[in-house]
Amino acid sequence: MSKTDVSRRGLLKTGAIAGAGVAMPTIFTAQSAHAFTNEPTGGTVTLGFNVPQTGPYADEGADELRAYQLAVEHLNGGGDGGMMNTFSSKALQGNGILGKKVEYVTGDTQTKSDAARASAKSMIEKDGAVMITGGSSSGVAVAVQALCQEAGVIFMAGLTHSNDTTGKDKRANGFRHFFNSYMSGAALAPVLANAYGTDRKAYHLTADYNWGYTTEEAVRSSTEAMGWETVAAVKTPLTQTDFSSYIAPVLQSGADTLVLNHYGGNMVNSLTNAVQFGLRDKLVNGKDFQIVVPLYSRLMAKGAGANVKGIFGSTNWHWSLQDEGSKAFVKSFGTKYGFPPSQAAHTCYVQTLLYADAVERAGSFAPCAVVEALEDYEFDGLGNGKTLYRGDDHQCFKDVLVVKGKENPTSEFDLLEIVEVTPVAQVTYAPDHPQFSGGALGTCNNGA
Amino acid sequence: MDAIILQILNGLDKGSAYALIALGLTLIFGTLGVVNFAHGALFMIGAFCAVTLSRILTLSHTIIDETKTDFLGNPLKVDVPYVHDIFGVAAGNVIIDWAVPLAILFAIPVMIAVGVIMERGLIKHFYKRPHADQILVTFGLAIVLQEVIKYFYGANPIPTPAPEAFKGSFDFGAAVGFDPNLIIYPYWRIIYFFFATLIIGGVFAFLQFTTFGMVVRAGMADRETVGLLGINIDKRFTIMFGIAAAVAGLAGVMYTPINSPNYHMGMDFLVLSFVVVVVGGMGSLPGAVLAGFLLGVLESFASMREVIDIIPGINQIIIYLVAIIILLTRPRGLMGRKGVMED
Repeated sequence: MSKTDVSRRGLLKTGAIAGAGVAMPTIFTAQSAHAFTNEPTGGTVTLGFNVPQTGPYADEGADELRAYQLAVEHLNGGGDGGMMNTFSSKALQGNGILGKKVEYVTGDTQTKSDAARASAKSMIEKDGAVMITGGSSSGVAVAVQALCQEAGVIFMAGLTHSNDTTGKDKRANGFRHFFNSYMSGAALAPVLANAYGTDRKAYHLTADYNWGYTTEEAVRSSTEAMGWETVAAVKTPLTQTDFSSYIAPVLQSGADTLVLNHYGGNMVNSLTNAVQFGLRDKLVNGKDFQIVVPLYSRLMAKGAGANVKGIFGSTNWHWSLQDEGSKAFVKSFGTKYGFPPSQAAHTCYVQTLLYADAVERAGSFAPCAVVEALEDYEFDGLGNGKTLYRGDDHQCFKDVLVVKGKENPTSEFDLLEIVEVTPVAQVTYAPDHPQFSGGALGTCNNGA
Repeated sequence: MDAIILQILNGLDKGSAYALIALGLTLIFGTLGVVNFAHGALFMIGAFCAVTLSRILTLSHTIIDETKTDFLGNPLKVDVPYVHDIFGVAAGNVIIDWAVPLAILFAIPVMIAVGVIMERGLIKHFYKRPHADQILVTFGLAIVLQEVIKYFYGANPIPTPAPEAFKGSFDFGAAVGFDPNLIIYPYWRIIYFFFATLIIGGVFAFLQFTTFGMVVRAGMADRETVGLLGINIDKRFTIMFGIAAAVAGLAGVMYTPINSPNYHMGMDFLVLSFVVVVVGGMGSLPGAVLAGFLLGVLESFASMREVIDIIPGINQIIIYLVAIIILLTRPRGLMGRKGVMED
């Protein structure tokens, strides 16, 4: 006969352990039962849209969110289908993703790396997001991309232009559709040489952070290869609002061209200040003084107003493109919201479709299956012509637009005109190009 | 030499903005003893007075231009400002073009009203509270105000240009015998400097030569005694708060052509302006003005490439470095006097 001793203390201990087990956060128990992080098990799948909803890029974030909502509507079979009708892949049927209705949660990056990581983490751990996308800054993109790699979810970058996102900071779980600093330099330099000649003295003002450095390096090397001389490159604090003390000495340096490696509020203010100082009215070295803005955004051009007229820059996409994909997207977006989409909206919309399509083709939401489906994937019909998602670095290779501030805009959205569609071959570089050196993709992570 | 003259000019106009904001801050601190962290927001609201007037002047009705199409291929909707209907196209365009100078008239009553409402509605309840409480409540108010502005006007900067007549720059170099293009300076920044000088002179004259100003100065020196003489000093101080708000607001209005206003511009100036007040001497109006111009000029010099090459990063820390040095050598600031604003 066996005797079982059940003491009061023992009972309490057992109860406490059992209680803790029951109360354990579902993410741990769920992970143990699933093949990968946040595997969708019901009739829905959740995507996480991490965009700046507050802070200086809130307007750009709002446009990104509009695009995401439109993409979700189209994926679920609503609206006119937008670019799904022109996309070369026909895997998407308008019945969600793999038959699961697409739902979404949003986070606020505040355009701060720590805030963006916190909101992405919350969407992964609390809301069960299987993919994170969005952002309006390279700092944020790099930080969130690293987080997604650790967590075992896919990151589809929003607006991020620094070489490092798919250079030294690339990750296997991260993908960038947007173009980069190198591509801007490679596309701009021949147009600049053609418009302004090969004998120019350039003065660079560069925002003192990662994106500024890579953009300056890209534009310098491309323009110097064309024969331009760089007379000075000055770093400006990211928090600078009045650039007069940086712009005033430009003419004294003997430079006849000013390159503003600035984005957002920095770009609006430095360009406004440069025009105020009358630089563009001056004749230096027997040539008209010129200003160049390597990365343009329509929303920023709006902030700078008439100051952008005639100034060259580059952009990832523009609503005035006449290919079928762009027209379909502009019609869809314009009908829903009443104005044309920005390039940030375009890249976010496209990234969502590309992710959904990759899942459909892979037949799985598992990150490693999605990575395999996206790597070296060629597609068309999404507004940039034939495009390759290169497997070596997860960077999209496609045509780049060189644009110019429009002299006679017909509306508040009609600020830039396309000067040249630079063919993809001209902006393609080797995966081990020095401007992208360091770092490694590593291996994909399914999490769980 | 030309580079030095150029940076002095730069510093003077930057210093003008610092001095105007710091002057208002000092007026409020000197009269009411309140550390007003919402003062930058008043500068921002002033700038948005110019944006608002510009929008009022461009209020439009829509006509359809059948000959053109919009981005969706529909007939183009063209906005026609009402001022064109009322004054004709040419005169209407001139009125719209002069929106910023006209906004001065618009901003004065608006800013005085904002200042008085702010003081009566919120800040007066914090007079007897510690400075930490005042800082928290005014900082919170600043955030609320900027979020309200962002809600209505968005986060993007809004271009608000100067009248066409003031665009371009003046070639100082050519005027004083240097080579052309060596020392150029935008007309509007020159106007900003003289405008700031006028406002600062006006505030000093008001305090120095009017009975009202005399009472206020007496109140700043000894509030209790002035109260015992039967003078309602609180009412006068409320008016001074309104005047300080108007000074900050006018600084904001005139700043809009220099940098396109956005909801965050007040915060960009706030911390620097506090440093200016501390360096100038707490409660000292001439000190605030002197420190404003001094720090503006030093900041400009620190931004020179030649200086940055010698001391990298100096452009980002110069103001704080100078503030530390001045406070170590003159703890009451440049023009702070013993016993003034000290417990």
